[in-house]
Amino acid sequence: MNSINLTVNGHAHTVDVDPATPLLYVLSDDLQLRGPKFGCGLGQCGACTVIVQGRTVRSCVTPVGTMIGAEITTLEGIGSIDRPHPIQQAFIDEQAAQCGFCLSGVILEAKALVDKNPNPSDIDIQQALSGVLCRCFVHTRMLRAVRRYAREKTA
Amino acid sequence: MTAISRREFLQAAGALIVSYSSASILEPLGFGQGPFDTHASHVDPRQLDSWIAIAADGTVTAYTGKCELGQGMLTAQSQLVAEELSVPLSRVRLIQCDTDLCPDQGTTSGSQSTPVNFNDRNLAQAAATAREALLGLAATRLGVPAADFTIADGTITAASDKTKRVTYGELVTGRKFNLPLSTTAKRKTASEWEVLGTAVMRLDMAAMATGQLEYVHNVHVPGMLHGRVVRPPRIGATLVDVNESSVSHIPGVVMVVRRKNFVGVVAERQWQAVQAAEHLKVRWNGGGNLPAQGEFYHRLRTLKPWRDASVVNSKDVDTKLAQAVSVIKATYLHPYQAHASMGASCAVADVRDGKATLWSPTQSAYPTRNGVAMLLGLPLESVRVIFTRGSGCYGLNAADTVSYDAALLSHATGRPVRVQLTRKDEFLSESYGYAYVIDQQIGVDQDGTIVAWNYEAWWPSLGGRPGYDKPGNVITGFLAGFEPDRVMAQPAGEAPVFQNRSNAAPSYVAGCAGGSCGGAGKVPSERVLTHTVPSPFFTGPLRAPSRLQNTFAHESFIDEAAAHVKADPVAYRLRHLRDERLIEVVKQAAKAAGWEARPSPKPTAGASGRGIACVAYSGDNGYVATVADVEVDRANGKVRVKRFVVAQDCGPISNPDGLKNQIEGGTLQGMSRALGEEVTWNDQNVTSIDWGTYDSLPLGFQVPAVESVLINRTAVPATGAGETAITVVAAAIGNAIFDATGARIREVPFTPERIKAALAEKSSHTNPSGRQPNL
Repeated sequence: MNSINLTVNGHAHTVDVDPATPLLYVLSDDLQLRGPKFGCGLGQCGACTVIVQGRTVRSCVTPVGTMIGAEITTLEGIGSIDRPHPIQQAFIDEQAAQCGFCLSGVILEAKALVDKNPNPSDIDIQQALSGVLCRCFVHTRMLRAVRRYAREKTA
Repeated sequence: MTAISRREFLQAAGALIVSYSSASILEPLGFGQGPFDTHASHVDPRQLDSWIAIAADGTVTAYTGKCELGQGMLTAQSQLVAEELSVPLSRVRLIQCDTDLCPDQGTTSGSQSTPVNFNDRNLAQAAATAREALLGLAATRLGVPAADFTIADGTITAASDKTKRVTYGELVTGRKFNLPLSTTAKRKTASEWEVLGTAVMRLDMAAMATGQLEYVHNVHVPGMLHGRVVRPPRIGATLVDVNESSVSHIPGVVMVVRRKNFVGVVAERQWQAVQAAEHLKVRWNGGGNLPAQGEFYHRLRTLKPWRDASVVNSKDVDTKLAQAVSVIKATYLHPYQAHASMGASCAVADVRDGKATLWSPTQSAYPTRNGVAMLLGLPLESVRVIFTRGSGCYGLNAADTVSYDAALLSHATGRPVRVQLTRKDEFLSESYGYAYVIDQQIGVDQDGTIVAWNYEAWWPSLGGRPGYDKPGNVITGFLAGFEPDRVMAQPAGEAPVFQNRSNAAPSYVAGCAGGSCGGAGKVPSERVLTHTVPSPFFTGPLRAPSRLQNTFAHESFIDEAAAHVKADPVAYRLRHLRDERLIEVVKQAAKAAGWEARPSPKPTAGASGRGIACVAYSGDNGYVATVADVEVDRANGKVRVKRFVVAQDCGPISNPDGLKNQIEGGTLQGMSRALGEEVTWNDQNVTSIDWGTYDSLPLGFQVPAVESVLINRTAVPATGAGETAITVVAAAIGNAIFDATGARIREVPFTPERIKAALAEKSSHTNPSGRQPNL
């Protein structure tokens, strides 16, 4: 067990855990965050995605000990029900979910893409989301929401 | 999160209860068979108060046994209640599938939520009863005939004197309704709808998109421990022993739990439980010896015993086939497929002091209550199951079994335990969608019209939904010592009436039995015989169970028949159909897709083609036709679907956008299942255990457009809508591949290898129709 300092969604936290613990368990068990979720534990599906220094990270395969001092942002860190982030608003506007379990991966991966590349082509979006699954297959709406976010961001 | 009683809940919700009595707990409903095979509940579904409560502030709380699984039932049921009671949606609270609070509505499955709750029974009937009762109360209070009232915004006003008005909260304060559900209370007609029938945004969408929604994975109970399970490494292996000292070096390990062949570990922290499960030395005996996958379809025909079922038999099929001008035959193969939920399943159990509380993503709150009671030896009334949102399940994923896992581990430790399955556990713990081998034969006359249809299928089964008394039907119950339902020998009896629940009969047969004809089609000579055989793996309903596999075979084969007689696939379907609603969706889909009438395959073989498929889901529970446009890369065998056009009729539409979402999702999930999904195994165990070995289409591929044509029929009962669209997708794609290339694919999934093989076979033969696939 080690004391580990983390910054999550702008708040400083100290947790007393084995540094090998996957970041996801710290976020969901210790900090009781609901955004990142356990999908596969293998970094294959995207459900546990968080953003660290502008890049997406699969928190289920990231030891918390490698995140000391890092700024971590989860799905609930970018907006709230009352004030959703524009990309969250785009997903709400497009009604782009069914069970919603995959949304950390879909939304944060798309946000990271559009933040870097404000005019992504369909191929860019496909590549960025090639490691993300949605088993309800809300693909058409999700891609519409990503394009809407990109459009509104550049407008 | 703490559990509260119904009474406390109602008080918290603002409803004032003066006559609540626990006496009704002692009065089971009287239609049960025994201590476990019952629907015993203190929530009496015949009583209005079991469904609807109105608080002093006018808030309407509705209790339902049909839960939100991602399909939109939270929003749609809230719309229903808001509509019938004329209150804004924001004033409706829906409590779903909590055995202490809600009526027992069995399982949220089978495209039954809309039929049972949106027509003239159950929740809809309760809401109509409440409305009628409120009007009656207002009439008494205001001295105005009920017929004179209008209701808006939860306020009843006399049309003749608008000063005479009263709110729901004023009317019911301090009282329950204390009324039985009325069978005569009138629902609003669809033409009066203002909330129902409109594209209300999902009530949970903002919470989902912002990471605020509580899933079962997010439930935290004070003092909660973390559990992991250790499943047998080989199918059928039994436990020899567990070396507990093998994990004594891992900090935080609380207990190693063993119950017959069930093994689990419990630790203070999740990561400790993960490590303990990994390091635990367990010796297992036997198991494995699985049949080689390459020979499995062939073996299905030979496995015994058979449980046979005859859906229809006109007893003249052999004669008619012998007299036919020509006969074609083909065999269709469908693999086991996984639910492969996005989230590996999770549940939390708190078993202490002779009581158990489960937070579970199960589709079956009451049945799970019974199963847990049986596993733990507790009385039914000591177990409470609180449905808590999970990952989309699409049927019997590992939600039930993980609930049993959590119950066993919490029972053993006497503390609340959260169990998270690993991805591999999930793939190894779920109940797979059925594999199928389907033999088809059609005879045609000199005009090319079908005169006889002969269907015979073999499909393997083990276990299934646990229901109220069979916890052994899923892996944990079985490992803990309970027996699953196994296939017992049973000859096919004669069907007293025609029922096409599993779509084993094609839409084109007349379906004549017991003196009437219930089929959707006209073909008079018909035989439909199924053989259920033992499965080495647990099986269970997966979205459109059996209907999808059967429809793949039927809708591919009708296309083969159309090609055989050089008929246009749409016209050929219409020639044999009788059901007006099915005919209409076929016409609408063809029209919207710009269908060009001509036989398949395309006269000039190229890369692109179009195919159609249709079904009357479960015989009469929804109607769909889908046109697929595809491109086939002949060099690498890859299929790209460019567009789907889906026409669907599910009766009166509760929420058009929710319906579209289901059509789009079902269609693309069907495409993933058609193109890539297949459970694989070696001689020891299943080998499709993660997203590298089970092929689900990711978000990043060239997603086809999915265009929906919604047919809104308001004068008929509402049908299901969640399983309709997926049912036809494989056949629509397969037919489009045939249209493009002349090659017929008769085995799902349509992998590039199989498509290349079919193309090669096609080029080596002149007549592709009627050829058997290699078994």
